[in-house]
Amino acid sequence: MAERVLMKGNEALAEAAIKSGCRHFFGYPITPQTEVAAYMAKRMPKIGGTYLQAESEVAAINMVLGAASAGVRVMTSSSSPGISLKTEGISYIAGSDLPCLIINVQRGGPGLGGIQPSQADYWQATRATGHGDFHILVFAPATIQEMVDLVYTAYDKADEYRMPAMILADGMLGQMMEPVEFPEKEANHQIEKPWATTGHQNKRPHNIVNSLYLDPNELEQKVVERFKRYEIIKEKEPMAEEYLVDDADIVLVSFGATARIVKSAVNSARSMGIKAGMIRPITLWPFPEKVMQKVAKTASCFLSVEMSMGQMVDDVRLAVNGEKPVYFFGRTGGIIPSPAEVLGEIQRIMGGAK
Amino acid sequence: MAKVTISENICKGCGLCTTVCPKKIVVLAHDILNAKGYHPAKVFDMSLCIGCAMCATMCPDCAIKVER
Amino acid sequence: MAVVFEKPKTLTDATLHYCPGCTHGIIHTLVAQAIEELGIEGKTVGVAPVGCAVMAYNYFTCDMVEAPHGRAPAVATGLKRALPDNIIFTYQGDGDLAAIGTAETVHSATRGENITVIFVNNAIYGMTGGQMAPTSLPGQVTQTTPYGRDTSVAGYPVRVCEMLSTLDGVAYAERVSVDSVPNIRKARAAIKKAFQNQINKKGFSIVEVLSSCPTNWGLTPAEALDWLRDNMIPYYPLGVYKDTTGGEK
Repeated sequence: MAERVLMKGNEALAEAAIKSGCRHFFGYPITPQTEVAAYMAKRMPKIGGTYLQAESEVAAINMVLGAASAGVRVMTSSSSPGISLKTEGISYIAGSDLPCLIINVQRGGPGLGGIQPSQADYWQATRATGHGDFHILVFAPATIQEMVDLVYTAYDKADEYRMPAMILADGMLGQMMEPVEFPEKEANHQIEKPWATTGHQNKRPHNIVNSLYLDPNELEQKVVERFKRYEIIKEKEPMAEEYLVDDADIVLVSFGATARIVKSAVNSARSMGIKAGMIRPITLWPFPEKVMQKVAKTASCFLSVEMSMGQMVDDVRLAVNGEKPVYFFGRTGGIIPSPAEVLGEIQRIMGGAK
Repeated sequence: MAKVTISENICKGCGLCTTVCPKKIVVLAHDILNAKGYHPAKVFDMSLCIGCAMCATMCPDCAIKVER
Repeated sequence: MAVVFEKPKTLTDATLHYCPGCTHGIIHTLVAQAIEELGIEGKTVGVAPVGCAVMAYNYFTCDMVEAPHGRAPAVATGLKRALPDNIIFTYQGDGDLAAIGTAETVHSATRGENITVIFVNNAIYGMTGGQMAPTSLPGQVTQTTPYGRDTSVAGYPVRVCEMLSTLDGVAYAERVSVDSVPNIRKARAAIKKAFQNQINKKGFSIVEVLSSCPTNWGLTPAEALDWLRDNMIPYYPLGVYKDTTGGEK
């Protein structure tokens, strides 16, 4: 029976990575995720792992590329502006079919922005973690325990599908503390990586990890193959929490820390006679379209609530595909909406209590 | 005695080997066009070759093998 | 008869795509010879740059990784930390190492990463058609300095060996040239030493190799080597800039 400990989100992420077999961390300080690096700096030397503070987030993601080529589980962590710096490297990692784990503890943006929580990197995470046709797995935890569980899942799926995985957290989750358990994993749960550049030892042909394909036919073929894997992922891997949606009129859609606030508002709405429910995407890519489509048949409308100017709402609209109206409510700049504000929006849309 | 073998179709006719041969026996063969359209290097009198391998050392394409 | 010189087995059968007379070919041979002579092919992983040598992964028989432009030392750091018993080298041009990659170069050096960096300095950006490089000389005509590099507008060149030699993390920094057979032989020794240092866990080694670009300098291969000798060597003097490796073989 694993021990329950009270931990800060950032530190729980780091410990979960270590428990998943990650022994190489390359990072750079940036608020509000610096604790990930600081925790790794203390833990890694004690277990014979690497903690390296790189000269920049750019260098860090490239160190991740190198270690991932060597076939090891590796991690980097940053916050919004630092993720922007990493986008070139992430594109190369995806284009080289390498697995890795990237943590984004989102803060207010754009530009230097602020240091308070935000969800305004949704587009970046699901659409633009780098140039070119590719996707990365994006997981959005809403509790510290989920942060831990999703790190384990992220590594397994990244290895299985040979692609980068991201935990899209925010400053609130990163800084708050909750009790967590770390499931123990068997030592040899990692898959073989025959493609890794570990030195051929004169026993096999040489391995090349590369993303350059100058022949357009070859490049198209590579990308098409990758997208076939993505189709399998879209079939098998979407995850979402459905809360009181079966008889819901208004279905709120929310992820991460915001979902906790939304759940509160949904409960208040129910006590006022409004049939509210919530869908909480846990994988942002692949987006749980099928859940949306199913609920769209019975709900009257959707309300996407985000800590941004409205980014996930695009995916909600795409999934709902015009069947029902989709509304948006959000706060940005680092402001966390209150349950009362969200309830107010529910009431406004539903015309008051029934 | 020494022997130089120049791969006619690997040679790009850059001429660097012709500048370093101490016996001045390496030239570009202007009467030959290789598969890539270059004039490959050739040794016009192998009996003068001393096997110093300066030509091979200079060759960017490892087109030259030297034996002695 | 015995073989005096033949193509190293650590180069693949692929035909080099470099221009006729390009010194990349010579430098690839020197790196391949070092790997062959030291018997380390099986545990070597090379990191290819972005530049004319981008397809270096097709030319060496060891495992290879393609890095983003300038990031090879960071990729090499990730590889070396994951595979401390392997031999990791980077092969980079002047834009890769001294423009976009300056931070990665300086910091892998100052961290004393136990890697081998081969720096091909030909004072120009070859692959993209001959633009100014950080190492282009004052007055040098390039596509982006068509009237000659004006230091009041475009600043001064970077002397990488001198700059890195100030860092405690650097174990060995030498500048060599491949403009003549005697210099090629010295370059071969320096490159072999840079790999030997890694085997002996001495720290960060860099060999800066003055090279030519006949195509973008607008010269024949032989004229280009003369230009290198007459113009680059005076600005970038050859020699050892740092050596704390104690001369072990």
